[in-house]
Amino acid sequence: MTKFIQDLAETHRYQSTHLLDILRSIQTHYHYIPEAAIEQLAELLKTPRTQIISVVEFYSFFHLSPHGEYEILISDSITDHMLGKKSLIDYLSKKLNVAVGEVRQDGVVSLDNTSCTGMCDQGPAGLVNGHALTHLDHQRIDLITDLINQQKPLNEWPDNLFLVEDNIIKPGLLLNQSINQGSALQATFKRGLKETLSELEQSGLRGRGGAGFKTATKWKFCSEEPETLRYVVCNADEGEPGTFKDRVLLNTYAHQVFEGMTLCAAIIEAQQGFLYLRGEYLHLYEKLQGILEERRQAGLLGNNILKQGMNFDIEICLGAGAYICGEESALIESLEGKMGIPRNRPPYPVTQGYLDKPTVVNNVETFMAAASIAINGGAWFANIGTEKSKGTKILSICGDCARPGIYEYPFGTSIQTVLDDCGASDVLGVQIGGPSGTFIANHEFKRQLAFEDLATGGSFIVFDNSRNILEIVNNFIHFFAHESCGFCTPCRVGTSLLKKQLDKIIEGHGSAGDVVALEELCQLIKTQSHCGLGQTAANPVLTTLERYPELYQSQLKKISYEPGFDLDGALETARRLAKRNDAGAHLAQVEEES
Amino acid sequence: MSKSITIDGNTVPFEEGQTIMEAATAAGVYIPHLCHHLEFAPHGSCKLCNVKVNGRVCSACTFPAMEGQEVLNNTQELTDDRQKITQMLFVEGNHFCPSCEKTGNCQLQAVAYHLNMLDDHYPLFFPTRKVDASHAEVMIDHNRCIFCTLCVRASQQKDGKDVFAISGRGLKKHLIVNAQSGLLKDTDIEATDQAAHICPTGAILIKHTAYQVPIGERIYDHKQIDQVSLEKEHDQHGK
Ligand SMILES: Cc1cc2nc3c(=O)[nH]c(=O)nc-3n(C[C@H](O)[C@H](O)[C@H](O)COP(=O)(O)O)c2cc1C
Ligand code: SF4
Ligand code: SF4
Ligand code: FES
Repeated sequence: MTKFIQDLAETHRYQSTHLLDILRSIQTHYHYIPEAAIEQLAELLKTPRTQIISVVEFYSFFHLSPHGEYEILISDSITDHMLGKKSLIDYLSKKLNVAVGEVRQDGVVSLDNTSCTGMCDQGPAGLVNGHALTHLDHQRIDLITDLINQQKPLNEWPDNLFLVEDNIIKPGLLLNQSINQGSALQATFKRGLKETLSELEQSGLRGRGGAGFKTATKWKFCSEEPETLRYVVCNADEGEPGTFKDRVLLNTYAHQVFEGMTLCAAIIEAQQGFLYLRGEYLHLYEKLQGILEERRQAGLLGNNILKQGMNFDIEICLGAGAYICGEESALIESLEGKMGIPRNRPPYPVTQGYLDKPTVVNNVETFMAAASIAINGGAWFANIGTEKSKGTKILSICGDCARPGIYEYPFGTSIQTVLDDCGASDVLGVQIGGPSGTFIANHEFKRQLAFEDLATGGSFIVFDNSRNILEIVNNFIHFFAHESCGFCTPCRVGTSLLKKQLDKIIEGHGSAGDVVALEELCQLIKTQSHCGLGQTAANPVLTTLERYPELYQSQLKKISYEPGFDLDGALETARRLAKRNDAGAHLAQVEEES
Repeated sequence: MSKSITIDGNTVPFEEGQTIMEAATAAGVYIPHLCHHLEFAPHGSCKLCNVKVNGRVCSACTFPAMEGQEVLNNTQELTDDRQKITQMLFVEGNHFCPSCEKTGNCQLQAVAYHLNMLDDHYPLFFPTRKVDASHAEVMIDHNRCIFCTLCVRASQQKDGKDVFAISGRGLKKHLIVNAQSGLLKDTDIEATDQAAHICPTGAILIKHTAYQVPIGERIYDHKQIDQVSLEKEHDQHGK
C-alpha cells in the first residue's frame, strides 16, 4: 500500500487541493479508504488527518469501511421509482444475496441506494463502481449477477449494459447548431473582447443553472477585480433529480462548452479553468479528457491560443456524490479538496472564489449558449424568448410521457405545449425545476417556462393520474434530508424533522395540528437556512400543500393530538423477546374518537 | 462623520469592516448567538443570530455592516424562529440539563431561557453518541455537541494546534479529534488550551472541576445571557 499511496501523491504533486481525486483512486483500488492510507496521506500532503477523514465522511462515494469489489448503487430518484425501482432492488438483493446497505459476507459485492444518477430517461438506473448502468430489468440483473459471481472484471462486461443514450428529441436554436471548432473564439478575437462582452450583454443571457443571474454582468464584475489571477469554473454537478441535459451537452456538444469556457477566460483574463463533473458521470471522463487533448493539439487550449498570446487550460475534477456541491461556493470548496460546505457571502465567487481568487462559475448550458452568441451576435439570441428571459431553454423531460429526453424551447413556451410534444396524457401535475422547484397542477398548464413565471434549471418531471402526490413529496423530502450538508441548524435538523413529520402524517399518525406544524416547519427551514438547498428543501411540501390542502388533511386522524412517540411501536423489541403478540402485549396511547 | 445602520429603529454606528454583530455589540445591542465568539473568525452556522436586513434574512455574525441597512433584531417573529432553532439544537442531541455538570454555565441553556423556551416542541432524536473520557484532564461528551466549531477554531487560531474537526454530512455530522486512535488522550490537547474551555455547552469539560461552583451560584443562575454577553464582549468589540 505504501508505494501505491506514495506514487499517487506524487502524481498529484502532493497538492491537497487534489484530495478528492486521490481519494477516488484509493477507493477504486481498495474499495474503501484504509486508515493506513489516511495516515500516510496526512504526512505526504501535510494535511491534518482530521481534514482527510472529514472529506471521506462527507462524500457518499467514499467509505471508511470495506465495500464490495463490485459496489452497486441503485438510483433512488422518483423517476426510477416510477419505473419499478423498488421491486428491482429487492430482486437484485435476493439474487446477489446481499441486503440493501450491506456488504456480502465474502466481500465481493455491496448494494445500496444513491441519489438520482441523471439517467431518468433511461432508468431504472444505477452505478457499478461508479460506472452508469441503464435500463435495468430482471434480465439485466440476472446477467449482472452472473458477471459478479464469476468475478468478471468490469471491462469484460458487455458494452450494452453501460450504454447511455442522448435522446435528443426536439432540438432548437442551440442544439441544431453545429459550430466549427474554434469559430466562437475566432469570432471573439475578430470582433474584440469588449465588443463580444457587449454582444453577450445584448443577448440577455441569464445563467442556466437555476438562479438566472445575468451572465455578462457576472463576467464583467469578475474582469474588474483588481486581483489578476482568475478562474473559470463550469458547473457540471447536475444533481437536481430529473435533470440530465448537461450530461447530453457534455456527451455531444463538449467542444462548444469548452469553447464557451475559453471565451470567458479570454474576457476575464483567466489562465486556468475547471470542469466540475459529478461523479455519477464518470463514463464521460475519458471522452472529455480526449476532447481537451484534441483542443490542445488544435491550438484552442494551452499556450498562445489561436496565436493571440492567450494562455488557458482546463482541468476536469470529479465529484464524489454530494448534491450540495452544485451550489457554487460549495463546489469551489470541493475543488479545493474540502467538504462541500457553502461559504458565507459576501464575498461572492466573482471576488473571492477558487483559492480566494476571482472566479466565474457558470452552468454547462450557459457556456454553450455563450459560445453560440459569440458567433451569431446578441440580437440572434435576444430575438427569441420573453422580455426577461431571452433565448431558449434546454429541458430534460422524464416521468409519465411517451418520449422522455432532451427538448429545447424558446422561453415563453406553455407547459401544455411541452406536454403535447413529449406525449403526456392524463396528466396529474408536473414538477418543474426538480424537487427544489414547483409542483404545478393540471389546471395551470397555460403557465410558461420563463424566469418571470416557472423557472427551471432543466428538470421537468411529468406525473399522470395514477401517481400519489404524497409519495412523490416524501421521496423529495427524503432526498433533501439525505443531501443536507449539515452546516446550518435549520436545514440540518429541520430537513430531518420535516421527514419525520411528513412520515407521521403519511403513515396516518397525524392529528389536527399536524399539518399546521408541518407548514410552520417548512417556513422556518425556508427563511432561516444558510443556502439554496435549505431555502428550497421545503418546496415539495409547500407547493403541494398550497394546491392540495385536502390531501394532507384527509391523512389526519380525527383526534386532537397524536404524540410523536409511538408507544406501541416502542414495545416491539419487548414483544419479540417475550415471543408475545396477543392483545395484552399492545398498548393504544390515545383512543380514537369514533 | 461616522457611518451608521439602524437596529430596530435605533441608530448604531459602525466602522468599515465590522459585521452587524460587531457593530451591535459595540453599541450595547445583544443579538443572540452560539457559534459566534469575538476572538475568532465567524462561522455562521447556528443561525441564531439571523436578523432581517432591509427585508432579507442575514446572519449578523458574518454579514458586513453597510450604510443604509435597516436591521430588525428584537422582533416577535425573529424571537419565535430563534426559539425554534434552539429547540432544534436541543432535540438533535441529548441535553439532560438537570444532570449535566455544565448547567447554569451553559450558553445553550441560557439562550433557551432568554428566548423563553418552555419545551422541546419537536420530537427528540435520541441519537446514540459516545463519551470520550480517555484523557486525564479533559473530556468530551458528544451528546451535547452542537457543532459550533468553536473548539476547532480555538485550537487552530489560539492554541496553534489542530485537535478538533467536524466530520460527516448532514445529521451524521460529528466531532472528531486528531489522533490515529480517535481518542482525546492521544491528541496534544492540554487542559490549559483555550479549546478545552471554549465550548458553549457541556460537550467539552475539564475533569475534576464539576461542582466547584455550586448550582445556584453559576453564571446564568442570576443573570440573563444578554447581560453577560454584553459585559464580556462589549469592550473588545468597541475598541
Ligand atoms: C443546492 C444547489 C444545487 C445546485 N446545483 C447546480 C448544478 O448542479 N448545476 C448548476 O449549474 N448550478 C447549480 N446550482 C446553482 C449554482 O449555485 C450557481 O448559481 C450556478 O452554477 C451559476 O451558473 P449560471 O449562472 O450559469 O446558472 C445549485 C444551487 C444550489 C443551491
Ligand atoms: S442550508 Fe442545508 S445545505 Fe445549505 S448550508 Fe445549511 S445545512 Fe448545508
Ligand atoms: S464540542 Fe463544544 S465547542 Fe466543539 S463543536 Fe461541539 S459544541 Fe462546539
Ligand atoms: S452566531 Fe451567527 S450563525 Fe451562529
